[in-house]
Amino acid sequence: MSTYCIVTDERRCISCKACEVHCKVKNAMPVGIKLGEHFTEGPVPGPNGAPLYRTLYMPCFHCEQPECVDVCPTGAMTKREADGIVHVVADDCIGCGACLEACPWHIPQWNEDGDKAVKCDLCMDRIDAGLKPACVTGCTTHALALVGQDDPRYEEQRKRAPQRVLAER
Amino acid sequence: MLNQISNGRQTPEAAMAGRQQVYSVCGMCSVRCPIVVEVEDGKAVRIEGNPKSPLKGSLCARGAAGIALEMDTERPQRPLIRVGERGEGTWREASWDEALDYVAGKLKDITAAHGGRSVLFSDRGGPFVDLHQAFMRGLGSPNYCNHDSACARNVQHAAKSVMGIGRKEVVYDYRNCKHLVLQTRNILEAINVAEANAVLDGMEKGCKLSVVDIRATYTAGKADNFYMVRPGSDLAFNLAVIHVLINEGLYNKPYVEAHVQDLDALARHVATCTPQWAEGETGVPAAAITALARQLAEAAPNVIWHPGWMVARYDDSFHVCRTAYIINALLGSIGAKGGLPIANKPGDVGRKGLKKLVDLYPAPEEKRADGVGWRHTQFDGGPGLINLAYDAIATGDPYPVKAYICYRHDPLMAMPDAEAMKRKWEGLDLLVSVTFSWSDTAWHSDVVLPLSTYLSRESIIASKGGLKPQFFVRKRAMQPTLDTKADWEILCGLARRLGMDKLAFDRIEDIWEYQLQPTGVTMADFDAKGFVELCDAPRYREDAELKFATSSGKLEMISPKWTKAGEPSLRPYAAPPAPPQGMFRIAFGRTALHTQGHTVNNPLLAEQMPTNVAWINTARAAELGIADGELLEVLDARGTAAGRIRAFVTDFVHPEALFMVHGFGHRLPVESRARGKGVADQDLMPGGLERYDRAGGGISMQEHFVAVRKAAARA
Ligand code: SF4
Ligand code: SF4
Ligand code: SF4
Repeated sequence: MSTYCIVTDERRCISCKACEVHCKVKNAMPVGIKLGEHFTEGPVPGPNGAPLYRTLYMPCFHCEQPECVDVCPTGAMTKREADGIVHVVADDCIGCGACLEACPWHIPQWNEDGDKAVKCDLCMDRIDAGLKPACVTGCTTHALALVGQDDPRYEEQRKRAPQRVLAER
Repeated sequence: MLNQISNGRQTPEAAMAGRQQVYSVCGMCSVRCPIVVEVEDGKAVRIEGNPKSPLKGSLCARGAAGIALEMDTERPQRPLIRVGERGEGTWREASWDEALDYVAGKLKDITAAHGGRSVLFSDRGGPFVDLHQAFMRGLGSPNYCNHDSACARNVQHAAKSVMGIGRKEVVYDYRNCKHLVLQTRNILEAINVAEANAVLDGMEKGCKLSVVDIRATYTAGKADNFYMVRPGSDLAFNLAVIHVLINEGLYNKPYVEAHVQDLDALARHVATCTPQWAEGETGVPAAAITALARQLAEAAPNVIWHPGWMVARYDDSFHVCRTAYIINALLGSIGAKGGLPIANKPGDVGRKGLKKLVDLYPAPEEKRADGVGWRHTQFDGGPGLINLAYDAIATGDPYPVKAYICYRHDPLMAMPDAEAMKRKWEGLDLLVSVTFSWSDTAWHSDVVLPLSTYLSRESIIASKGGLKPQFFVRKRAMQPTLDTKADWEILCGLARRLGMDKLAFDRIEDIWEYQLQPTGVTMADFDAKGFVELCDAPRYREDAELKFATSSGKLEMISPKWTKAGEPSLRPYAAPPAPPQGMFRIAFGRTALHTQGHTVNNPLLAEQMPTNVAWINTARAAELGIADGELLEVLDARGTAAGRIRAFVTDFVHPEALFMVHGFGHRLPVESRARGKGVADQDLMPGGLERYDRAGGGISMQEHFVAVRKAAARA
């Protein structure tokens, strides 16, 4: 399991989608590819009938047993020993697309520009430089946080998010 | 890291990544957030909110997408001079020298024949307008305008009528507030990043949020109380709140005693405005209105009833804003910490303000062409009312207006009835657009002067009032990728050609130096953070220090200035007409993803939100047999269709309203991503240029009815 996880504070999230844009700019992703995706549901009636919006930002889960890594024939999709970050070693990716099929959440994307798989790597270059992921730093309202396993939000996010995402997709 | 940027600086992280960081100011909307731009090999590669500012890294989607604007070639690439008819889109490309010579030559001819006053200028307001105003003064014209009659004029004038000071001379102290009421202020979608964070921080500390709106915005989704009012009935809601505050004796008596003038008249005015009466007008249960008034009294004076921002909506919007200020006055929140404390200017914290560029020239003695200040005595002279200036172009009354410079302003999209506007503009001998993106107005112009984006231009130093007033400056993060120029390069270039030597600066450094002269601040002081705060701690004023700039020195329930202009300060409520059978009242608003129309063609933002949808109430949609997601045509009151849009069917929009986000429905062939997407609300307001709030000056853009039909039915 990855040491880290990105959690969304629904009380602060305003569905502005800046997280997606910050990710795209940081990773220079072309139109059509989102390494992290933000979901909004609503307005739905909340308690007392008042309107409510449900929100969730979903980058890669960095699974404990990543199926994308298992199916990758070249080892390009790899899990970093130190902190469990799952990432693509671009030079080793042969563009077979196996990871796109294998991931239950359709996280890896196809980048025509280079014909390779791309995915959220938790901005490991930024983490290694002592910074937070671009989506977390840039989030308009500081609704996103990078938390460790000892944070109660870590478990909650990992339980809640997959269900929500399946319901949306 | 060596490159051409002189003002860049480095942090350890950036150095590690081989990047320079430039503190600057965002230009994607009119908020102008402090940013830091990461630059690699002379190119901006990433932008975040200035980490040393209250933004702490955060920046909205538009700000994040700024580099896509700079790299986009679907914007004016070099100066263009029209060769065909206006609006035909046939141009010849010109060098900057040629284009500036051309504009200066025309301006010389026009001012020689009709005087300096025959030149009109409009921008979208903000902290950098001193340069524009100086240019107009240099020409000898009083006709500097901004866009505000299509935005916040009603709030501004309401503020003046109650407090004697402008809307920006009070601060919204969200972090210390206990109850925030948002009315016509969709604060979490029409966003100012610092403000959105302050509101959410306040709520984390327990501030209650009440939202009064015609639909469930994202803001409403976070509210403790949400009141879905009948469109156009806000005044009834507010009068009932005032009624309860007075009748139940809930207002702040010592404060009102000390600071409010004519409470008796106000009490008489609202005597019959009971919550029961308001329930009939607004559809909000009487008990809910009473409960709100009581909650507010409990939280007073730490209450903000937001007077709104974009309130060019109804014929009585000025009075809605006025009653918002009046409620704040009754609760004692004007001037209070956690309410609306008075903003400090440099002088209020013992510092000197910037030296103004306008002071290079004497104020023109001429009357304004829009009649503001003499025909319409209650309105602010500063930016006037641009729509009335167009009447002067058309009629020559009070005098001929023959040249018009639109700076970063697209009136054809910002105001109703483009065709009527174009007819008025037929009287112009010169129409110039200074713009960083294509716009309907640029397309209709005689000359297009392409402005560098905010990433590749500097701006003059700006001064911002507040609890802690500050100066800030926009620096150039990279060189322009297209043949564009900075605002100061364009206006100073014209000034030189027009013989306005005092404004003909060659270097931005010289302008900055001029501005800073009296302040004791140097450019080096901006290096550490990108802005300079003029005091260490926020300064609040004591109650005893409160004195208002009205004739009585108090908060005025009846404004002599408005009375003199023939406008009652306490206007009886007039119910808005219901839409005719089968029709809706048009309503529009904002999204956090776009800034009006000018970001719709940005590749990253077009990807996020390529089009708008029409919010329709479930019951109304059922009546008309419209399903969610269905493609519709929207027709104006004359039955003219304004394009196609998909229905968003929801219980959470008032049945009388058809709502859409503003800024879509572009038609220009040069904008491949924006063209043909969605519907433009301003196309649905025939005759709308003539319809404005006579008391407050704002255009009444939601006083129009529309119909919808299934798009397939016509095919
Ligand atoms: S940037 Fe933050 S507030 Fe905006 S949608 Fe993403 S998580 Fe929500
Ligand atoms: S890409 Fe999918 S399978 Fe691989 S780690 Fe991320 S969520 Fe798990
Ligand atoms: S962590 Fe980095 S790569 Fe992953 S979603 Fe956030 S910005 Fe994108």
